[in-house]
Amino acid sequence: MTTEPIKQPRRGLHLGDRFRALPKPARIAAIVVGIALLYVLPLKGFYENLGFPIPVGSGYLPFYTTGSDMANVLFQCGYYILLALGLNVVLGYAGLLDLGFFGFFAVGAYTVALLTSPDSKLITEYNWLESPWPWLVTVPIGVSLALLSGVLLGWPTLRLRGDYLAIVTLGFAEIIRIVAKNQDWILNGDRGIPSVAHPPGTWSDGSPVFGILDWSPYYWLVLTVIIAVIFLIRNLANSRVGRAWIAIREDEDAAELMGVPTFKFKLWAFAIGAAVGGLSGTLWAGQANFVNSATFSLENSILVLAAVVLGGAGSIGGAILGGFLVIYLPEWLRSVGDVFGWPHSVDVFGIFRLDTSPTSLRFIIFGALLIVVMIYRPQGLWPNRRRAAELKDRQKEVAPVE
Amino acid sequence: MNFDDLIQGFPDLTTTGLAQGSVYALVALGYTLVYGVLRLINFAHSEVFMYGTFAALWTWGLMGYDSNSTRPSLGMALLLILVALVVAALFSGGVAVLLETVAYRPLRKRNAPPLAFLISAIGASFVLAEAMGALTERRQQGIPSILPSTPLFTAGGWTVTPVQLMTLVVALGVMFALDWFVSKTRFGRGIRAVAQDADTAALMGVNKGRVIALVFLLGGLLAGVAAVFYNLKQGNTRFNGGFLIGLKAFSAAVLGGIGNLRGALIGGLLLGLVEAYGAALFGSNWTNVIAFVVLLVLLMFRPTGLLGESLGRARA
Amino acid sequence: MSERKPLLEVDNVTLRFGGVVALNQVDFTLYEGEILGLIGPNGAGKTTCFNAMTGVYLPTEGQIRFKGEQVSGKKRNKITKMGMARTFQNIRLFPEMTALENVLVGADAHNTTSVPTALLRLPKHWREERRSKARALELLDFVGITGRSDDLARNLSYGDQRRLEIARALATNPALLCLDEPAAGFNPAEKVALLELIKKIRDSGVTVLLIEHDMRLVMGVTDRIIVLEFGKKIAEGTPAEVRDNPKVVAAYLGVPDAA
Repeated sequence: MTTEPIKQPRRGLHLGDRFRALPKPARIAAIVVGIALLYVLPLKGFYENLGFPIPVGSGYLPFYTTGSDMANVLFQCGYYILLALGLNVVLGYAGLLDLGFFGFFAVGAYTVALLTSPDSKLITEYNWLESPWPWLVTVPIGVSLALLSGVLLGWPTLRLRGDYLAIVTLGFAEIIRIVAKNQDWILNGDRGIPSVAHPPGTWSDGSPVFGILDWSPYYWLVLTVIIAVIFLIRNLANSRVGRAWIAIREDEDAAELMGVPTFKFKLWAFAIGAAVGGLSGTLWAGQANFVNSATFSLENSILVLAAVVLGGAGSIGGAILGGFLVIYLPEWLRSVGDVFGWPHSVDVFGIFRLDTSPTSLRFIIFGALLIVVMIYRPQGLWPNRRRAAELKDRQKEVAPVE
Repeated sequence: MNFDDLIQGFPDLTTTGLAQGSVYALVALGYTLVYGVLRLINFAHSEVFMYGTFAALWTWGLMGYDSNSTRPSLGMALLLILVALVVAALFSGGVAVLLETVAYRPLRKRNAPPLAFLISAIGASFVLAEAMGALTERRQQGIPSILPSTPLFTAGGWTVTPVQLMTLVVALGVMFALDWFVSKTRFGRGIRAVAQDADTAALMGVNKGRVIALVFLLGGLLAGVAAVFYNLKQGNTRFNGGFLIGLKAFSAAVLGGIGNLRGALIGGLLLGLVEAYGAALFGSNWTNVIAFVVLLVLLMFRPTGLLGESLGRARA
Repeated sequence: MSERKPLLEVDNVTLRFGGVVALNQVDFTLYEGEILGLIGPNGAGKTTCFNAMTGVYLPTEGQIRFKGEQVSGKKRNKITKMGMARTFQNIRLFPEMTALENVLVGADAHNTTSVPTALLRLPKHWREERRSKARALELLDFVGITGRSDDLARNLSYGDQRRLEIARALATNPALLCLDEPAAGFNPAEKVALLELIKKIRDSGVTVLLIEHDMRLVMGVTDRIIVLEFGKKIAEGTPAEVRDNPKVVAAYLGVPDAA
């Protein structure tokens, strides 16, 4: 009777343990199958054959975002997952609250735009470039510049107390946005930069792989990048670097007294987070074709924060889940809402018109979830193994009392 | 750099700066009060302020004045402002207390780490702003014209508009009242006790929960007052308008020494002046950048601000 | 004590906080291979002295030299790298890390793997990782918590947490280990075991500085004792000498000790 809570651990944990108990070849096979499945996700046929009952004549497909192109939604999920992975290094591992994270995304995106667009002022006004560069060349430049700006922002601010760091980074990103919006000499303000290049490649019939009709290749590209980034971040996490980060998060003074060069590793966390954020920006710019300051609003920074915190700070799985949820869920709910006649706006007392579309409400909902998660589940939906283990231990401790 | 503009406009810039600075100071007090007692940056305070601007706007709407109305008579104008002050202060105060109850109190009970408070605060800020956005269709809302913008008097190059005069007078009055409240009353003693040592204060019979709620209420009331004057000066408000004022008010609080009430006043006025002079020097596009640069430089070289941090130790 | 090489020299150190004099011209030398006790009543300045040595505070006057090199003003992680390690009066482990990882953080003090090496898993990463892990397991064994290497530090018992802190400090490969009240909260049996551990540490070639409240522990294990009172050194000598020093009796032993 009293052992009941132990016999029923949470399902996620159970799956994780079971997975780890498998022999290695089986684990590798499972991972390969899982990844292959991810590549199939944008294909509509996949959903038609899922076998769920479909309301007749609704045009609805289970899990498919009927309101918008599924491949596009998945691509958006992809670059948010990248952002979440980057912020997870800064916030989840090193425990630094960086609220200006989207600023690094902007650095990556603007770099690509300025260097690849024929309408870039670097070409039309300043003659710094003779002709636009190809997208692929500008990606490493964008990532490097993002990394550099991470170091430049981190250098003065990482000596500040944690709460000050949050507000300074937040202010910094907002100021960058205002400057980008107001000035005309290079980023072109609100009018932005059009005709940004796409990634290279053509199909056998000569049409470009990365065109504007089919978004799937962009998703496949970002998925591949995500897998590579996960691999690299895991390398860092399971090394001296990762240990130093977590030690800093847990007790910065003790870490320093144990010989950890804390400032150096905090700066590295900042720089790596920024580089991943910048990488996300370069990918996004390659698809978006048009970059202006409106993209880099504060809401997006907070959405990335929500993704990391909801998924579970310090957990790579959590960052993936979180990044996926904050984009996919509202889009999918919109499709579902259309089927069941969810209203787009509601009159309140005849005075206000409340905008009730899921994409508008998502900010309210994810903001509220930040509070709820902090209160009831600070380890997030998909905590890392460490935290999960702790939870299990606590269950054991509590069980006999019940 | 444009020194001519600065020198020629100096008197006007000074009055503008002081009026704007009073608004910052009132909002900064909210940050400082909460920080002094809880060591927490109340991130959502900017939204408490923003709700005040809408409360005032709706009050005027219910009294028959919207952005298309003709300007009322002086008596009616004073009545409109008075009613708006009361309603906005109470509304903002209510939002602040609600915020404390929903977003912070449960975390305090669980003894959560500081990072959790910060994230919860950001969440709350986001919910409040976006809820207002959903209600107002994310549009900018015009404020009715209530006071004339012509100068009230001119003396030796100094011109003062009615809004500026009223802002400065009311802000200073409110701040002296707060100073008196914190240093002389029983409630104020409770606040100072909790600020110095929350646990000991609790052992001595101070109701910590109530003191904290009171601090949030006070901060909200002041933000509501600031909101009315912001409306009068700015002529419009929008759902995400709190953010920038919040950031600047926070800078002002840090400038004066966060946790220090008089510091917030001085920091606010100073920031208002620096901004006004800076805008003349570098162009008005850079106004918002100036406050931030001030904050950054300050945090790096003198993070305790001009007057030092302490709510408990200072007389007020 | 025969003439030996000085390891740590505290040279007329004064430390003021505002108007308060926390340390007043404290002066002593620690020799290689000994166990030195630093004792004194509460508020005598023991931990302050400790913090000045490990670089947490900067002395107002005077010098602290470690292996002949000035310590004051050096970065704290550099001081650790020079060979001085410490534990904390109120345990400060990394609670969300396993016992093994805690010790690895200490062992990392002398590793040089940084981001590029770790990112690409270069041979150096593996070499250092293997060596550190072996060393960490050895140390966990040394302090007597062999079986708990994969447990989170927060889930260890109080006594095991104290032992883990010692293992973590030893992992930095120190010449000098400073223990800040390591027996606080221990029962007599645990204290005896700790005594043995401290002797074992010394025998392994590490000099030990012991701040302690429990007189019996200090008397039982130390070679020499320094007594502080109100930030001043009032006595120095072997345990027997100190025990018989009337000043010490008045200041310290005269007061019944609850510990």
